[in-house]
Amino acid sequence: MDYSFSLELIYLVASITYILGLKMLGHPETARRGNLIAASGMTLAILGTIFFYQGDVPTFIYLLIGVAILIGTISGWVVARRVKMTKMPELVSLFNGMGGASAALIGLIEFAHYTDHRLSILTILGGVIIGSISFSGSMIAWGKLNGTLAKPIRLPKYNLINNLVILGILVFAAYMVWSGSDSQLFLYLLFLAAIFYGVIFVLPIGGADMPVVISLLNSFTGLAAALSGFLYGNMVLLTGGILVGSAGTILTFAMCNAMNRSLVSVLFGGFGDKSSDSSEVTSDTFEGEIKKTTVSDVAILMNYSKRVIFVPGYGLAVAQAQHAIHELEELLVSRGVEVKYAIHPVAGRMPGHMNVLLAETNVEYSKLAEMEDVNPEFQNTDVVFVVGANDVVNPAAHNDKSSPIYGMPILEVENAKKVIVNKRSMKPGYAGIENELFYHPKTSMLFGDAKKVIQELISEIKGM
Amino acid sequence: MTELIDFIANNLQMVYIIILMIFVGVEIIGHVPAVLHTPLMSGANAIHGVIIIGAILVMLGAEPENKIALALGFVAVILGTLNVVGGFVVTDRMLEMFKKKK
Repeated sequence: MDYSFSLELIYLVASITYILGLKMLGHPETARRGNLIAASGMTLAILGTIFFYQGDVPTFIYLLIGVAILIGTISGWVVARRVKMTKMPELVSLFNGMGGASAALIGLIEFAHYTDHRLSILTILGGVIIGSISFSGSMIAWGKLNGTLAKPIRLPKYNLINNLVILGILVFAAYMVWSGSDSQLFLYLLFLAAIFYGVIFVLPIGGADMPVVISLLNSFTGLAAALSGFLYGNMVLLTGGILVGSAGTILTFAMCNAMNRSLVSVLFGGFGDKSSDSSEVTSDTFEGEIKKTTVSDVAILMNYSKRVIFVPGYGLAVAQAQHAIHELEELLVSRGVEVKYAIHPVAGRMPGHMNVLLAETNVEYSKLAEMEDVNPEFQNTDVVFVVGANDVVNPAAHNDKSSPIYGMPILEVENAKKVIVNKRSMKPGYAGIENELFYHPKTSMLFGDAKKVIQELISEIKGM
Repeated sequence: MTELIDFIANNLQMVYIIILMIFVGVEIIGHVPAVLHTPLMSGANAIHGVIIIGAILVMLGAEPENKIALALGFVAVILGTLNVVGGFVVTDRMLEMFKKKK
């Protein structure tokens, strides 16, 4: 058995682990094992690539590779282990950007070696463009999710400008391929232009849509990896890349579906953009006033209710109140109250965010109700306690055709007998729009940090 | 055009793999509950870290005196490793919380 055959065999095994791993990630019971299987396949492929490489390689290069892997492993491990659960979404974006940058760098280096063949130039330029867009786009998404770039920034006519920029990039790249150019200057110009495009591509998109954008950029990076696999004729790069590219695309559409929006409107529509043609009905002029309530009133209300439903949102994650709310739930259950959590599929910053967060506290699965199942139950519910959620309970999605979230399925909490909304302030949610639920006669506002408020509720109820 | 046809003819195997993998990817993701979208995205994110193999190949194939290529390759390997290790560890942490309890 010669060396190169063993390597091909390793690559084959690794490719199978990716497919198997992704498949298993789709089921709650097998998900964790699936992730580990894919990870071991990856380790195998990396080791195989290093140890079965044929050709004279000076020792110091092996050393350099070892050092680089060591640095990457330690920092990646530490960051991923240390980061808070609430920061997970932006971390995924960050790591995605790293992959994209890696793909772009590979293209930058290899360009000089493959200028004899137009198809190779095409492949390399494709990798550089897609990798760079994925890198800078992910960095912007990362900044948006951690709040540094909270507001969508839009230049006038940004759609037109963006499209002109990407068109320019494509035409320039096509010219380079066609003329068989080997100009390093052109290559770096293209690289910088693609970086720039990634920035202006993501900047105008609102924060609520970042999960979709990250998923899309994720499949971009997959494509960039596949292109370099194509270049090298490397099977594991090719299969891994294409697999993520296609799975990521489908996932992107699935996420859009969960929000009842089309990908086109996510990318070019501008979430929370009221300026254009819907300026007639400005949603921030609601009739009526908001009612404030106090912790002790809410405590009494909850303690003597039969059915209570919690609606968690990003505010719960930010306040790290997942353990507190679980304690409140157990306390109420011990008082004979029926308690459930209503989970909107896109509550939080990512689909499934709330499930992950609550699972951390060992909340029973059966208590987490999905939107379709729980919506008919609200009318028989005494108290709905909305904790740091906003857009996912905004009735404008049903009533207000001009609203940017019109058509998005929501939790119909306004059907319950009483709605308590806990927020830190009246600031609008991530979509940047007002919520008429807060002005609803059934609604009372309980302002304050979620964790603090819930802990106060707990001690109040305990005293009863 | 002939260039393209030549290429396809010479690399038929890769063309097959690309097409089949696209379908595999689509099939795998169909009907996944929304709860698992985030871990799945994170897992897929880790898998495209396979780009690290490209980065390693760049370094292994670089001429020892080509300092720029080595430096860029070095950075590419670090970034690729970050993608792989960070991606898998984050996914595992997310899924750790889905552990079954009864």
